Formats: sequence, structure tokens, C-alpha cells
Amino acid sequence: MTLADYRKQHGEPLTEEDEHSGGDTHHPSALEYIQIGAILTFVTALEVALYYIDMNYTLLVTMLIVLSLAKFALVVLWFMHLRFDNKLFGILFASGMALTFTVFAVVIAAQHGGLV
Amino acid sequence: MSHAGTAHLETSTGISNKKLLMWLFLASDCLFFGSFIAAYLLYRDRSIVGPYPEDLFDIPFTSVSAFVLLMSSVSMVLALAAIQKGNVRGLRIWLLTTAVLGTLFVAGQAYEFTEFYHEGLHLDTNLFGTTFYVLTGFHGAHVTIGILILLSLFVYSLRGGIQQKDSENIEIAGLYWHFVDIVWIVIFTLIYLVQP
Repeated sequence: MTLADYRKQHGEPLTEEDEHSGGDTHHPSALEYIQIGAILTFVTALEVALYYIDMNYTLLVTMLIVLSLAKFALVVLWFMHLRFDNKLFGILFASGMALTFTVFAVVIAAQHGGLV
Repeated sequence: MSHAGTAHLETSTGISNKKLLMWLFLASDCLFFGSFIAAYLLYRDRSIVGPYPEDLFDIPFTSVSAFVLLMSSVSMVLALAAIQKGNVRGLRIWLLTTAVLGTLFVAGQAYEFTEFYHEGLHLDTNLFGTTFYVLTGFHGAHVTIGILILLSLFVYSLRGGIQQKDSENIEIAGLYWHFVDIVWIVIFTLIYLVQP
């Protein structure tokens, strides 16, 4: 029995967490998945096109990273259902990502500081 | 749409333990790949002998590989959508499509590695070679494991082992597969497209 079930049985009010903790999560339809796939394809084509355009290096890198993050977010939020699923999964994944970015920051700082 | 596979969860948190475990694994795997990518970025400009990335990378070829892996993510979610509607035949078709696309990606990686090897880039040639092969090799190993999982699910479904109520198992396999995809999204940009 879940905490939400217990509260329901005993007539206690449900918390916001209870309402999101069950299995009845909304998942996108097949059509939505295909639409997201089309967007991912377009963004990938845009990335490759940018690679061949002669432009300022900093601007190019910034644009490529922004587009990559957009693709990353689309897959994680829609295909992996983080947008619709229990918040705990998102917190766990965000913790892993935060640790990863910490490693990146340390590496870059060490490189700029001439430590490695 | 209701999520049939987790309609009655008997856990104290109300969420599936299997799914929680997969998310924990993926969170830890982030650090695994993050460390390899950081090592690559740190050492790629420090090779004192060639060949160097700009001598070897074939962007059109890798772009097609990236597209193939992205499309495999689409077919994976279509497999999930099919079984959530009780469409077992659709599940089988999309699972097999995903496995085939994954195999194409791994085959492309094998071809790329072979080409690089013939161009003189071995694991111990320079820092670029070491960090590149370890990073992309581990990613390829993840994709290969994913293909084996997909084929196992396909065979299991042929034996009647997967019904609408088991859709959570497909969702968990999908989480792993999409993670492999997002890792490649990062690798494709940071390793192939962003060059010093």
C-alpha cells in the first residue's frame, strides 16, 4: 500500500506529491513522438550546416552547444518522460548531471590554472 | 493515457522500484561518461604526434550515424506506445527496428575505427587516440548491450511473455536506450563538431 492509498482509505487529504506518485502518468501519443523526432532531425541538420558555415568560433561553439542542449532536453523530457513522471526521477538524474558538470568545471579550472 | 504497467504499485514510495533503480544507474552513468568526455577535451590538443582529429573526422558520415541513433530513439518510443495500447505486433516491429538501427550505428562505428586504425591512429598512438577510442568504445559497448536487451525483449514477446500489463519493462529498456542516445548527442557536438 502506498502513502497515497493509505490517505485515501483513511479519508485524509492527498498531498500534491501523492497525486503525482501513482502510476497514472500521461505519456505522449505516437504522433507527438514522431513530431519530436522530426524536430530532432531538423536540429541535427542545422548543427551540421552550422559546422560548414564560416563564422566566429565563439559564436559557432555557443550555437552548437545550445542546439545540443535543446536535443538533450527534448529526449529527456519527452522520450524519457521526465516531464510527465514522478519528480524523484528528475531529481536523481539532475543530481547525476550536476556531479558531471562539477567534474567538467574542475577539469576546465585545472586546465586554465595550468595544473594539468 | 494511463500507464498500464504501473497501475497498482505495492511500494512505500508509490513509484516502481525497477524504474527507480534504472534512473539511479543512469545518474551514475552520467558521471562515467562525463569523466571520459572531460578527459578527451583535456587531452585532445596535447598530442605531440599525429594523426589529429581534423585529419580523421568524417563529419558527413558521423552525422548520418547520429541521425540513425536519433531515429532509433523514435522507434523505441513507438514500441512503448504500441504495447501501452496492447499492440504486441507493433511492439515487435518497433523493437526490431530499434535493434536494426542500433546495429547500423555500431557497424558504422566499427567502420570508423577501422578507417582510423588504417590511417595510423591506434589506442597508444597519442593522447587523442587513447581518449577517443576509450570514450567512443565505451559508448559503442553501451549500444551493443542495448541491442542485446532489445533482442531479448523481442524474443520474449514472440514467446508471449510481454503483454500490455508489462509495458513498464519496455519503458525501462527505453530509458537505457534513450540515455545512450543523449550521450551520443553530447559526444557528436563536443567531440566531432566543436574542434579547436
